[in-house]
Amino acid sequence: MNLAEGVQIVSLGLLGLMMISAALGVVLLQNIVYSAFLLGGVLISVAGLYLLLNADFVAAAQVLIYVGAVNVIILFAVMLVNKQEEFRPVPKQWIRQGSTALVCFGLFALLSTMVFQTPWFSSTGATVTTTSTTVLIGEHFFSDYLLPFELASILLLMALVGAIVLARRELLPEEIISPAQQPALTLPERPRQPLVISSGTSSSPGSTAE
Amino acid sequence: MQLQYFLVLAAALFSIGIYGLIASRNAVRVLMSIELMLNAVNINLMAFSSFLDSEEIKGQVFTVFVITIAAAEAAVGLAIVLSIYRNRDTVDMEQFNLLKW
Repeated sequence: MNLAEGVQIVSLGLLGLMMISAALGVVLLQNIVYSAFLLGGVLISVAGLYLLLNADFVAAAQVLIYVGAVNVIILFAVMLVNKQEEFRPVPKQWIRQGSTALVCFGLFALLSTMVFQTPWFSSTGATVTTTSTTVLIGEHFFSDYLLPFELASILLLMALVGAIVLARRELLPEEIISPAQQPALTLPERPRQPLVISSGTSSSPGSTAE
Repeated sequence: MQLQYFLVLAAALFSIGIYGLIASRNAVRVLMSIELMLNAVNINLMAFSSFLDSEEIKGQVFTVFVITIAAAEAAVGLAIVLSIYRNRDTVDMEQFNLLKW
């Protein structure tokens, strides 16, 4: 084992330890804000693992898209639904969580025995490609994966429009709005009003526990 | 540096994601668990493309597709969570039984 392999092994161990501990923190911590920031740690560790696998383009895309976009969206959602509510305790909850933990640990044991017992073809080590990975990925995108590439762009557009439609407020019907009282350049939306806790909504115990 | 280390790390991340998906009660945390599982799948794809298919790296292409789908899924999922929160005034998964019966 020369110096480069030792450095690779040590960095793989450090990145794996960071990733697993941060993922356990995401799942197990009580405060949702800590979970959101630890999710960023998981994503950065995964980008480091991609660098160990000789994939520079995908590592940069991971940092840009996941840490820069998805994690920020999740933080915005945490801030928008930031309500310190005590969840109502469900009876027999420990049975549910314990059985889930048992099933997940069993799945992990099964997968790891499968991984270590399967004879993979070349477990000698990763061979470095001669050309740049960005060039290879671009050639794949514009030759044999052209149709999925274009479909992905259409799907992104649909998700954009769908997210806007879902997250905006409810529209007023047409006949209520007279053109005189409608100020210019505003959407015909229902005005935001404080949520009135009537007899119908106070039956949900999440609102009373605040 | 062997293939098995990466696969075991991905399996551990996937199991943690499944546990969070089932056992957590905050809806935003469920979306985070889905992100963890998608990242585990991405690690698998990258490891196989680097160790078994290092000539033409098709696994990295699929990883880019999975990242794209995950971004779209996160946007739509969080919009749905915001909409439910605005209607029901809670993010507890135990009370999202609108479609159950």
